[in-house]
Amino acid sequence: MRNIGKYILMLKDVFTRPNKWRVFFERLLEELIGIGINSLPIVALMSTFIGGVIALQTASNMSSPLLPAYTVGYITQSSTILEFSPTIISLILAGKIGSNIASEIGTMRVTEQIDALEIMGVNSLNFLVLPKITAAVLFFPILVIFSMALSMLGGWISLVVSNLSTTEEYVLGLRAFFDPFNIKYALTKTIVFGFLIVSVSSYYGYYVKGGSLDVGRASTQAVVSSSVTILIANFLLTQMILL
Amino acid sequence: MIEVINVNKSFGGNPVLKDVSAKFEKGKVNLIIGQSGQGKSVLAKCMVGLHEVDTGEILYDGRDFTHLDRHERSKIRQEIGMLFQGAALFDSMTVEGNVMFPLIMFTKMTKGEMQKRVDFCLERVNLSGRNKLFPSECSGGMQKRIGIARAISMNPKYLFCDEPNSGLDPQTSILIDGLIKDITAEYQMTTVVITHDMNSVIEIGDNIIFIYKGQNWWQGNSGTIITTDNQEIGNFVYASEFMKEIRVSMQEKRR
Ligand SMILES: Nc1ncnc2c1ncn2[C@@H]1O[C@H](COP(=O)(O)OP(=O)(O)OP(=O)(O)O)[C@@H](O)[C@H]1O
Ligand SMILES: [Mg+2]
Repeated sequence: MRNIGKYILMLKDVFTRPNKWRVFFERLLEELIGIGINSLPIVALMSTFIGGVIALQTASNMSSPLLPAYTVGYITQSSTILEFSPTIISLILAGKIGSNIASEIGTMRVTEQIDALEIMGVNSLNFLVLPKITAAVLFFPILVIFSMALSMLGGWISLVVSNLSTTEEYVLGLRAFFDPFNIKYALTKTIVFGFLIVSVSSYYGYYVKGGSLDVGRASTQAVVSSSVTILIANFLLTQMILL
Repeated sequence: MIEVINVNKSFGGNPVLKDVSAKFEKGKVNLIIGQSGQGKSVLAKCMVGLHEVDTGEILYDGRDFTHLDRHERSKIRQEIGMLFQGAALFDSMTVEGNVMFPLIMFTKMTKGEMQKRVDFCLERVNLSGRNKLFPSECSGGMQKRIGIARAISMNPKYLFCDEPNSGLDPQTSILIDGLIKDITAEYQMTTVVITHDMNSVIEIGDNIIFIYKGQNWWQGNSGTIITTDNQEIGNFVYASEFMKEIRVSMQEKRR
């Protein structure tokens, strides 16, 4: 509970006007690369393979001739858009980005670099964390759309390669009952998750005390806590938006 | 001049600073000395606002720093340069980037003006031409000097150095001490140095504050610290056999 209060106070310092906009945009560009572009490979890898597996499993479980052939495409499409891409990919990114951020900021704390910023009169939270949060909120939706596309592609490849379905049937399934609202819903979730991952991990890094061992501990803690927050937020958002 | 007035500071009920008052003078190297764990670093951190004091005041040339909000403090902080114990260089930036950083954040200088200022500061600490190195490529002594260059880039009125000599060999220590002494006199800064190093105490101690048990136990200079009868000072100054021998020989000379 005390953590939550401190976290909210931290956010108050993060969301202030940057001292120099030019410096902010330079930092933002760095973070778009660090948080966004550098995550593309892992997202691509995970999405293609999991999309393939979802399609294969659905196809192999569907021996009943009563189900239309496009069901495989439909299930791949809906499970990817609704849960896999926004939530699972966010959890994976919590591991990658969260530990990165916590150890970067934590190291700056224990080596007094944050004190050095403060002494100069720089608002260190604003300087360090705001560009990261902005980058995540801007880039996470791109990552997730990318992930959706690749999962469906992965599904298609696996079906065609193993001869379980045809391209026409699969594409028909992808288009069946397609609801653009679901994409909007997925992107809303992603933006929230991106914000949570970055802010929670920054919190653990920023308030670390001690030495490099503590930085390691903080970065583990950051991954655990941001994952748990994502799961809770996922539950709440699903209730709020879908029901 | 920086004045510390009746400052108290405790951590979780454990008092660290007890009613400390002290004056740090302009154009002089002011030392804070004392044994480990007596509260030197806490005092310096209270002075620059990295710790909040429980009670008491810190005045920067009469301006009360303790009761200012973040925004108002930022103005005074731009007049403060600080060299940290581990140099605390930004390791994602080059040497040049480190020294230029405060200029980028707080001045309206053009790129050319900043470059000139950076080159001047690096020259001042004997590091001309090392602009493009990263801190991880520099030795400990170089890092300290880069830290000094960064601290003086904004032409500060107040310079803080936390143990500038720790972990350095005697020759490099003397070099850094000399540098601090010179720039203090040259730019008429109010310089505050925390140190354990007896050599520095003798060489650059214009004004010395001895912290003992969280109190300002004794105040003097490099001349009076050698001759004082104060028991705790004696234990501190003459802790090593070497210094004890010096005392004996000085006493013999006086006879
Ligand atoms: N952030 C903190 N929280 C709790 N206690 C602290 C904190 N910082 C310092 N202390 C305590 O304050 C006392 C004085 O510490 P300080 O760092 O000022 O010592 P010092 O005189 O600088 O010693 P050294 O020469 O070893 O650096 C110590 O007992 C320390 O445990
Ligand atoms: Mg100390």
